[in-house]
Amino acid sequence: MGDISLPAPVPAPAWPDRFQHVDTLLDAPGPSTDPDFVRGDVVKEFLRNQCKILVIGAGGLGCEILANLALMGFADIHVIDMDTIDISNLNRQFLFRPKDVGKPKAIVAAEFVMSRVPGTKVTPYFGKIQDKDESYYMQFNLVICGLDSVEARRWMNATLVGMVDPENPESLKPMIDGGTEGFKGQARVIIPTISSCYECSLDMLNKQTVFPICTIANTPRLPEHCIEWASVLEWPRVFPDKKMDTDDPDDIQWLYERASARAHEFKIEGVTWSLTQGVVKNIIPAIASTNAIIAASCCTEAFKLATSCAPALNNYFMLIGTEGIYSYTFEHERRPECPVCGGETIDMPVKKEWTLERLIEALTERQDIQVKKPSLSAGGRSLYLQAPPQLEKRTRPNLEKKLSELVEDGDELTVTASSLPFNLTLRVLLKD
Amino acid sequence: MLKIWSMKKNEETAAKKKPKVSAAQIRLQKDLTELEEFKTMTTDFPDPADLLHFNLIITPDEGFYKGGKFLFSFNISTNYPHEPPKVKCMQKIYHPNVDTEGNVCLNILREDWKPVLNLNAILVGLQFLFLEPNAEDPLNKEAAEELRRDREAFAKNASLSMRGGTIRGQTYERVLATP
Ligand SMILES: [Zn+2]
Repeated sequence: MGDISLPAPVPAPAWPDRFQHVDTLLDAPGPSTDPDFVRGDVVKEFLRNQCKILVIGAGGLGCEILANLALMGFADIHVIDMDTIDISNLNRQFLFRPKDVGKPKAIVAAEFVMSRVPGTKVTPYFGKIQDKDESYYMQFNLVICGLDSVEARRWMNATLVGMVDPENPESLKPMIDGGTEGFKGQARVIIPTISSCYECSLDMLNKQTVFPICTIANTPRLPEHCIEWASVLEWPRVFPDKKMDTDDPDDIQWLYERASARAHEFKIEGVTWSLTQGVVKNIIPAIASTNAIIAASCCTEAFKLATSCAPALNNYFMLIGTEGIYSYTFEHERRPECPVCGGETIDMPVKKEWTLERLIEALTERQDIQVKKPSLSAGGRSLYLQAPPQLEKRTRPNLEKKLSELVEDGDELTVTASSLPFNLTLRVLLKD
Repeated sequence: MLKIWSMKKNEETAAKKKPKVSAAQIRLQKDLTELEEFKTMTTDFPDPADLLHFNLIITPDEGFYKGGKFLFSFNISTNYPHEPPKVKCMQKIYHPNVDTEGNVCLNILREDWKPVLNLNAILVGLQFLFLEPNAEDPLNKEAAEELRRDREAFAKNASLSMRGGTIRGQTYERVLATP
């Protein structure tokens, strides 16, 4: 008989042999395991007692992610979602039941996971990611996003990139981003400031179907054309001062009636209430199996990053299930001109009594950056813009002002110039 | 978990970034300050502190619309450049590609928008619409039809419309550059 060493349970599992399979991965290195991997109790202790993970979104992807993480042994999970449960979610968002309709997704999901997986703590937050600041995000080791909004992802990505402080290793929070659209999906690992970020790949996004406005106006052939006509052209014409609320059933009803009348006029079939809602809210049918695959990929990456038991995805996994199943993994490269992770930050020591003009002069004299005619702003406030003429004229008086009147010590200025392919961040260090 | 940080050490070029301004704002600053100078187009910011909302004035110096002064509003969302700017004509004008509500048919404003495009591309596109109205993508069908059938008649009506004239029952706004 060989030498059998029994894994020490850390901590006591919720049921016998709960971690039997997971532990096979943690008790011995595999052929591609990183040499730094520490097998056994240390890594289990980290995963099950120390690692704090944040899940953003408790919808189609989020439900899968939360269940996977809890079953893998992540024990300190936080979840943010701003939505409440709709009856149409119940077919795939399996942590919710009919009695939960109308309640916050984050809270119901957290309670469900905790009741099913003893020993797991799930802390919900019912609200927006933008409600929280850096001090909140700093407490996590990892962030997984299961979002359906480009805007929310851009915000989260920029926040995590902005938090990186070279003096503080803890400030680097890997972001695992999952996304699905019908039968397509992607999972990616973003190591802020090291690998390509979400913003770097913004131009790779699938474009939503947009119809030419003249087709909508004159030659509709599809039910979607009639619905777009009602929402893009008719609504602003009839209600010039009222914003359309796509969550309001009355507004959808109005669009549906207008679109139906137009469809009738052009002998087009297929305008329905739910298609109307789908088109104006840009709903792409969610496929439960796509969510399951992408969530599984995201959680596997979280597990690998948390334990170092295997190399993590580098860095983009793409799934196309529209015709058969095709997947592709590649390394998306950082874009040097990315407004979030690209560019450069330089420190610029300046004298308090320098004028803005003097600072610009000093900047253009620097050999290391070769900038000509720079425009500067501070926290979204324009300091000096080279163009267009009206803004140049308006910001020109700032050139004469002393730096101490315009900025504070340590402020970061955004510098753009046509000679710079990327934007430059200038940290001003005011000296007496 | 600590593996990530050792990666960081190997990566010499990794630079600290603190984007307290949004990517949309940075991009907009770049787009605006690098706008070409056009002798027939000027921008106007009702609130110069707000770069997300501004107007564009086009004064064509040739073509059907020479002598007119055309006003467009630009509304840029915080999701720029993922989303294109929303552009509307603020006047009721007689143009094959602009309807009487101010909607503009320009492909890069909708179906062909890409984040690599910029404001300059949109300005060039709008200017081109006044030099070469396009009868193939009509928003004002009657105007397009007329342009296709009889360029001279169209030229006359375009000129009439700019003086505030009435064409086939529709009265257009007086948009002459000189009062
Ligand atoms: Zn980036």
